[in-house]
Amino acid sequence: MPIDILMPALSPTMEEGTLSKWLKKEGDKVTSGDVIAEIETDKATMEVEAVDEGVIGKLLIAAGTENVKVNTKIAVLLQDGESADAIGSPAPAKEAPKAEAQAAPEEKPAAAQASVPAQPKAEAAADPDIPAGTEMVMTTVREALRDAMAEEMRRDEDVFVMGEEVAEYQGAYKITQGLLQEFGPRRVVDTPITEHGFAGVGVGAAMAGLKPIVEFMTFNFAMQAIDQIINSAAKTLYMSGGQMGAPIVFRGPNGAAARVGAQHSQDYATWYSQIPGLKVVMPYTAADAKGLLKAAIRDPNPVVFLENEILYGHQFEVPKLDDFVLPIGKARIHKKGNDVTIVSFGIGMTYAVKAVAELEKEGIDVELIDLRTLRPMDLPTVIESVKKTGRLVTVEEGYPQNSVGTEIATRVMQQAFDYLDAPILTIAGKDVPMPYAANLEKLALPNVGEVVQAVKTVCYK
Amino acid sequence: MAPTKTASVSGRKPAAKSAIKSASKSSAKEFTGKNTPDFGKDQDLHAYREMLLIRRFEEKAGQLYGMGFIGGFCHLYIGQEAVVVGMQMAQQEGDQVITAYRDHGHMLATGMSARGVMAELTGRKGGYSRGKGGSMHMFSKEKHFYGGHGIVGAQVSLGTGLAFANRYRGNDSVSVAYFGDGAANQGQVYESFNMAALWKLPIVYIVENNRYAMGTSTARATAQSNYSLRGSGFGIPGIQVDGMDVRAVKAAGDEALEHCRSGQGPIILEMLTYRYRGHSMSDPAKYRSKDEVQKMRSEHDPIEQVRLRLLEKGWATEDELKAIDKDIRDVVSDSADFAQADPEPDPSELYTDILL
Ligand SMILES: Cc1ncc(C[n+]2csc(CCOP(=O)(O)OP(=O)(O)O)c2C)c(N)n1
Ligand SMILES: [Mg+2]
Repeated sequence: MPIDILMPALSPTMEEGTLSKWLKKEGDKVTSGDVIAEIETDKATMEVEAVDEGVIGKLLIAAGTENVKVNTKIAVLLQDGESADAIGSPAPAKEAPKAEAQAAPEEKPAAAQASVPAQPKAEAAADPDIPAGTEMVMTTVREALRDAMAEEMRRDEDVFVMGEEVAEYQGAYKITQGLLQEFGPRRVVDTPITEHGFAGVGVGAAMAGLKPIVEFMTFNFAMQAIDQIINSAAKTLYMSGGQMGAPIVFRGPNGAAARVGAQHSQDYATWYSQIPGLKVVMPYTAADAKGLLKAAIRDPNPVVFLENEILYGHQFEVPKLDDFVLPIGKARIHKKGNDVTIVSFGIGMTYAVKAVAELEKEGIDVELIDLRTLRPMDLPTVIESVKKTGRLVTVEEGYPQNSVGTEIATRVMQQAFDYLDAPILTIAGKDVPMPYAANLEKLALPNVGEVVQAVKTVCYK
Repeated sequence: MAPTKTASVSGRKPAAKSAIKSASKSSAKEFTGKNTPDFGKDQDLHAYREMLLIRRFEEKAGQLYGMGFIGGFCHLYIGQEAVVVGMQMAQQEGDQVITAYRDHGHMLATGMSARGVMAELTGRKGGYSRGKGGSMHMFSKEKHFYGGHGIVGAQVSLGTGLAFANRYRGNDSVSVAYFGDGAANQGQVYESFNMAALWKLPIVYIVENNRYAMGTSTARATAQSNYSLRGSGFGIPGIQVDGMDVRAVKAAGDEALEHCRSGQGPIILEMLTYRYRGHSMSDPAKYRSKDEVQKMRSEHDPIEQVRLRLLEKGWATEDELKAIDKDIRDVVSDSADFAQADPEPDPSELYTDILL
């Protein structure tokens, strides 16, 4: 059978071009890879190579012809023993398979388009019951995180920790204290200062089936590694059609510590929580830190676990249980209330908790929700609360534009507009790089007074 | 056509032995890179078949791109076939392979099916990633192929992580990480070299030096164009290899893999190679002369070298080679037919494989 040579598309956008020159004539023998013609596209002059072997039987389009549509038959190639007589009359341009192969949305009437499937709802399990009589132990967030890692490392040989100063030094913030002694240097790995590289090494190890915990000394430095977190860790499961993903935890302190200036004080909550393929956890209490870090380590997906240096030393009650694991994706109602809802997470909770106490004195009964997980976000719990209170204030330390609060506000507006009795207010850090001077730093962060004022405003008080 | 019999690539004789021997004082072994034992009949026939499969597959992919069946970027491997085929012949079951976006050849060499790869190129359900990855992002757990990565240099750190996992588990596998001469200038490559050398990770770093990163020649982009020396600051030995000669690749691969498997840490193989086509389908390749391309094609073509050897030694007749060619064309046509007929992924696939 003679083989048709078609006008090729030589860029993702080319629809037609000029057949500027034939480099072979009828009767010429060609083999794969031979340049047979030159074509001018909208961008450049390109060479067309033969794919098959044979003899040029007929050139159907003259050199110099303009506006030759992609997929028009331009020549016919004869196979061994075929004669030019085998060629019928030049066929009209073949229907471009492009149209059927690629469903260009604008070409089809809206009704004919496949409808976008609904996004599946993520259902998070409820917190486990804590048996009556369980001993509650006052624990710092620091100890809770360490215990979580140690317990999971005892449980699963594939879990290991890597990062700067995690082993010999016992952790820059002492979160990995004692792990080297218990698990040895094979599983507690000091890395050079090489965030981009060791994040990639961690993701590669996870793709091979290990379960790395990658500690960033702080998340400020993870900007060096964000390509590996997002492009490699978060997207591989999708890009591989489910064949392989990255069961990895990226953890470390996030957000402002104290007086460390602009480059060491950024909150990345909203950055990571935008990315499909990641889970993002940002705990406030020690119990949540422990239960959620254990869950993160067991989770088969990449989890970004955002801690806070200031909270490391805070103490909370942690149930003394052999295996205390909390569900990722479930908010926790920190305090029940009826008049107004505050939603916060991480260190933002410290402002919210104080504001709630003050407001109580003034007779305002706040329902305080700790999101705990930012992705998947437990919006149903927020919506339920807003349906009851009709008023919402969000509190976080990060920058105000495109913040977690503005995201919550948008979604509550869309899903519970009729229940709102006042505009939603979002309290965030100020729109400035973190200043060093003590007074300015204080001004740049949210404060309890702002939260109190916002709550009064939405209560019209 | 007069393919040279020597193992050197035109204009780029591998550097003097003294310059390419192990940069590491502690490493007793000297790497020659000139150890090019002849192939036996079966090896040559195998290499011929494998390289031809890649060549024909890529030609077909180029054609399907021209017809609009393949979208976006499509980077062909034509000209570089000896690199992956020679390495694959040196590897053992369980060794992992990872590379960038010029990945079709690597996948076929690991034994992934032509149908699955082609159908991924056309974005169809039967593709290796069910149509959700495309030309640059494909994987096969079964064949230990870890992608297919679109970010230049990222695969080097990821491949180092695969090697980390091998060492952690104490198994015998080696990670083989491919990257381009352009990628070799990325910072994370050196971060990875450092960790791999520090931890003695079993990884072969393969620089596929095809002389260009898009339109930028190595001369315009790199201060040290002998990429085999790029590990010297970390004590990583390197070998410059004629990447157009599948025998030289296999021999260097044997040496390198043995080095890694015996616990001596990473090694770099710089493959001197050449891509015949533009960077991607829409690159007219105006940054190099036609003569340069023509010279490589006519004097150093990796497939032609084997073909002539097979004929010269009487290991195959023209007719037998034609039969092989026909077999391969059939495999490739079948993959193209499949990739055009196979349906696109179901719309419900939009939201699957995001989280487990
Ligand atoms: C981080 C990053 N920067 C830039 C690009 C765009 N880009 C894609 S391929 C390429 C050239 C790479 O050349 P080389 O590493 O030599 O590989 P080759 O294409 O020759 O196989 C560039 C700049 C990219 N994909 N990723
Ligand atoms: Mg290159």
